[in-house]
Amino acid sequence: MAASNKLPLILERDGPHLLKGWMMELAATNRGRQVNPEVLTEQARELLNALQPAVQQGNLEDIKGPTWARVREILTEISRTQTKQGLSPTEVATLVFSVKRPLFQALEKETGKDPEALAKEIWNATLLLDRLGLFTTEVALKTREEVISRQQTEMLELSTPVVKLWEGILALPLIGTLDSERTQVVMESLLEEIVRSGSNIAIIDITGVPTVDTLVAQHLLKTVAAARLMGAECIISGIRPQIASTIVHLGVNLGDVVTKATLADAFAVALRRADLAVVKSAAARNEQG
Amino acid sequence: MDRIPILKMGPFLLVTVQVDMHDELAMALQEDLTEKIVSSHARAVLIDISALDVVDSFIGRMLGTIASTSRILDAETVVVGMRPAVAITLVELGLSLPGVRTALNVEKGMDLLRASVNGSERAR
Repeated sequence: MAASNKLPLILERDGPHLLKGWMMELAATNRGRQVNPEVLTEQARELLNALQPAVQQGNLEDIKGPTWARVREILTEISRTQTKQGLSPTEVATLVFSVKRPLFQALEKETGKDPEALAKEIWNATLLLDRLGLFTTEVALKTREEVISRQQTEMLELSTPVVKLWEGILALPLIGTLDSERTQVVMESLLEEIVRSGSNIAIIDITGVPTVDTLVAQHLLKTVAAARLMGAECIISGIRPQIASTIVHLGVNLGDVVTKATLADAFAVALRRADLAVVKSAAARNEQG
Repeated sequence: MDRIPILKMGPFLLVTVQVDMHDELAMALQEDLTEKIVSSHARAVLIDISALDVVDSFIGRMLGTIASTSRILDAETVVVGMRPAVAITLVELGLSLPGVRTALNVEKGMDLLRASVNGSERAR
């Protein structure tokens, strides 16, 4: 590694100078997009500090090695914080690439009049920085993937709660778009819950369903038919005015399914079917009487 | 040949399907049930299919036929204890058994039949 012995030297000696150049470069390329420059400067300083011993001992070809552990850690940290603040992977990688100009200038100064040595130095530095930049991109993408997959599982968990409103009355508040796969899950969990709790009446509330097209309507009707086959009655509630007119315009026939505008109305119907009534407490009646 | 037993309980007939229904068995049940309704003057029929894992389109249609036949003979039919998987399959097959009354379990089915038999008696 005789060719790259200038790199650690520069990192050690010109650290603060490099950092200043780097930050100026960043400010120019990202046009002040990076949020919280103080934090970034701190992170960049740490990175340069960690880079120095790594370059000195480590193999420049392989940044996966143990000597680079600290560098990777800091890069991951930078990438994560910047991605969370809304920077694209390209912008995150640019953070690292921006160090090139000040670093190359320093290398140029160091090698003096020897163009061959300079070319070699720059080639080595470029290789290293490219790897580091790619690494941050990778981490940035991974961070995003983690966010996406977490949101997906959260959505599935959120999507199918079957709640018990009263003895023998279940409610299924549907939220989000209904596709075939989700309807299948919804249908199954509703039917299982009907069997488990021995409920006669299930209220399907579609307040949270943004659009109802023919397919969604068909899915709903299937669920209602399946519940009826098992001996439970379904009431569909939470039909907003626009959705009501959409259903009519589409020519969907909801058949003899009981539909109500709000969950409260549907619950009232369910209570009536179950021969139950809500009455004011004795105290309240006395006050009035 | 195996036959599915039909039990008489007051004005009701009870059928509990405990074995896998194959087509001949289903046909035999339909015939037996029709004769039994007439001979016992039954007012209602309860069919418990909670033990059935598989209900194909034939059995599904047969349940519908039993219900229609019974209605002609002035007897209500209620199918009880259908499993979720079976219900989903039937709906996917396009068989939603429009003429058949359903209940979650035998107890609720009996309540339903009792109410409807009493209701029609009073109407007379």
